[in-house]
Amino acid sequence: MATQIPVNEVHDQIAQVPRRLWLEVLHGCVTTVDHKKIGLMYIGYALIFLVIAGFEALLMRIQLAIPNNHFVSPEVFNGLFTMHGTTMVFFVGMPILFGFGNYLIPLMIGARDMAFPRLNAFSFWISAFAGFLLYFSYIGGSGLYGAGSAPDVGWFAYAPLTARVFSPGHSTDYWTLALLLTGIGSIGTALNIVATIICMRCPGMKMSRLPLLPWIYLVMSGLTFVAIGPLTAAQIMLMLDRYVGSHFFDTQAGGSAVLWMHFFWIFGHPEVYILVLPAFAFANEIIPVFSRKAIFGYPAMVAASVGIGFISLSVWAHHMFTVGLGPGGNTFFTLATMIISVPTGIKIFNWLATLWGGKIQFTASMMFAIGFLFQFLIAGLTGIMLSVAPFDWQLGNSYFVVAHFHYVLVGAILFMIFSAFYYWFPKMTGRMLSERLGKWHFWLFVIGFHLTFDLMHVPGLLGMPRRIYTYEADRGWMIWNLLVSSGAIIQTVATLLFVYNMVWSYFKGPIAGPDPWDAWTLEWSTPSPPPSYNFAEIPTVASRRPLWDLKHPEDPDFDYEIEQGSPQQTKKEGA
Amino acid sequence: MSEAALQSGSPNQVWTLPSRGIVGMTCLIIAEVAIFVIFVVAYIFYIGKSLTGPAPKDVLELPIFTTICLLSSSLTVHAAVSALQKSKQGLCSLWLAATVLLGGIFIAGTAYEWYDLIYKHGLTIRTNLFGTTFYSLVGLHATHVVVGLILLSLALFFSVRGEMKEEHSEKLEVLSLYWHFVDGVWVIVFLVVYVLGR
Repeated sequence: MATQIPVNEVHDQIAQVPRRLWLEVLHGCVTTVDHKKIGLMYIGYALIFLVIAGFEALLMRIQLAIPNNHFVSPEVFNGLFTMHGTTMVFFVGMPILFGFGNYLIPLMIGARDMAFPRLNAFSFWISAFAGFLLYFSYIGGSGLYGAGSAPDVGWFAYAPLTARVFSPGHSTDYWTLALLLTGIGSIGTALNIVATIICMRCPGMKMSRLPLLPWIYLVMSGLTFVAIGPLTAAQIMLMLDRYVGSHFFDTQAGGSAVLWMHFFWIFGHPEVYILVLPAFAFANEIIPVFSRKAIFGYPAMVAASVGIGFISLSVWAHHMFTVGLGPGGNTFFTLATMIISVPTGIKIFNWLATLWGGKIQFTASMMFAIGFLFQFLIAGLTGIMLSVAPFDWQLGNSYFVVAHFHYVLVGAILFMIFSAFYYWFPKMTGRMLSERLGKWHFWLFVIGFHLTFDLMHVPGLLGMPRRIYTYEADRGWMIWNLLVSSGAIIQTVATLLFVYNMVWSYFKGPIAGPDPWDAWTLEWSTPSPPPSYNFAEIPTVASRRPLWDLKHPEDPDFDYEIEQGSPQQTKKEGA
Repeated sequence: MSEAALQSGSPNQVWTLPSRGIVGMTCLIIAEVAIFVIFVVAYIFYIGKSLTGPAPKDVLELPIFTTICLLSSSLTVHAAVSALQKSKQGLCSLWLAATVLLGGIFIAGTAYEWYDLIYKHGLTIRTNLFGTTFYSLVGLHATHVVVGLILLSLALFFSVRGEMKEEHSEKLEVLSLYWHFVDGVWVIVFLVVYVLGR
């Protein structure tokens, strides 16, 4: 069948605009409410912070490569791990995932924009301002003894270290305010995503036909409301403590430091799922296309995502086993944490079943997706190990934990983000990324990743605590740390290759055309890049793979949809 | 787009989706509930844990009258919405004015209560854990009341000028949702602070 889709082409002649001055481009960025531009700005700002936070990680790995090293001072080191963690979670992970969501969701559901375009722009700018505020602390926040002026309380900022007595100066306030503001931005965007998915679907796109990416973003946004709320509340309390003199976390006045831990991790653990769910969402779109098969078990995928959303709200205290929760708490949180691996396992089996019997195309995007499958499995397995309270007592706050969560954040989420870049870059820019460079990027990154994060488990098992500034030579950690650090350098090289690939391909890459992967969802029915109005005419869909139906009128998907009564539109949907 | 190819069957049924304003406000309310839950949990957790006085039972009095005012303002704002839906703009203005008045009485009552607590009983946010959790929880709610009152006054302003018409009734309904939420939170705050905590 024809792979070329005669979509929107007449209208696109008008959309071609001559090259503009950079000042006009900048003005366009500031004033735009277009979901695609805002999505790209989210992604761009996340990439800038990815480079900054990655550089911070590199500095830390240089410091830890050999024992008794004094490459950076202890104060700077404290600032580095705080800023690295905070930046990667709030100013890389969240914005890049919201950026892809912003860009893709309206296109995938056949809408012309988000439900609230101006709120969308507001959310972006408030998040961007928060990132700026966090890094302004390097200039504006005079820290302890005027030495490190960045926040240095760790990314979870346990009380009472954050009290004014122990953290004088303003660096902790920059941290608090930055998180408060970016939280407002996240809630705004999540609200927008939910309203868009529920209220803006094109005719025929019932919830049962919604592509899995919007479905999972819906769950992720719901989780954002209930997770970011507690973070915002806890930050308000911390600010009151620091500025008005209240006693929420002030142990001298009867306040509880453990309360902060609960409040932070009630946010903190769902946050992990807020970050990983979009990675699942990308996998759900990319793996079927490169396996040339429809996704296996669509309803099971939706159910598993919703299940993960709910269960993730009841696992937070597994971060606090070492506090001493008592037998009841330990048992509950161990079991809840183990149960969450059930829906996650369902997803893994569904992806494997999608691959099974497919004609797999090993593009760079698919290679990253397959790397994701392996690494996410291992990350899940160490997660189950750590969910066992006695095991956690041994290894809590060790490098084993650091290795575990980096396996999730890098091995699963970052791999899927790279995969998404190779997959959707042609749609966003109109040009293909270089596959050759992409494969170099993949292999270098896989080698660097495994060198760093496989081996990082070992010093943890040998008793190396996290966040230490340096260590003695006779501990037996040295060779492991040296290998871990050398892996970090390989990952840096791979990432630079990726950046080079993006810049080169943006100007010189082969023209992509509307549908380079022969895919099935609506975003590929628009030209690349899509015009500002997305769809000249709002499409009408009749199945989960509207472009398949268009390309294969002899065997459309909607022939197989099972419904009670007449085949279509028997019940009112989405109410 | 070659639409015929994407269609199957007869699209004779109208494609209706929920209103985005109401969905958006519902989402905001969910997020706000999460914030309030944390403050309520902190309040309950710290009941009776203050190292020094004054204790709640010494200084707090049941704000029955202002509570009745606030809760009945939910009814009046609902009446305003249904009046606007029936295109009765004058009636709508009247109900909106009643809502603003009742909300105003509530916030004045809170102000008086706080004045009393601070100047007569010497209870501030710094005094003890009761002060810390009381002022932050009640203050967070009062902030929401003030925001609601500003928005309602704005609606009243447009309504009096005759600029609010039947087609705006959905927007007023979205605002009324927020106001119902503020009232609902007060029920919880009242139970926790004045009944359970006293």
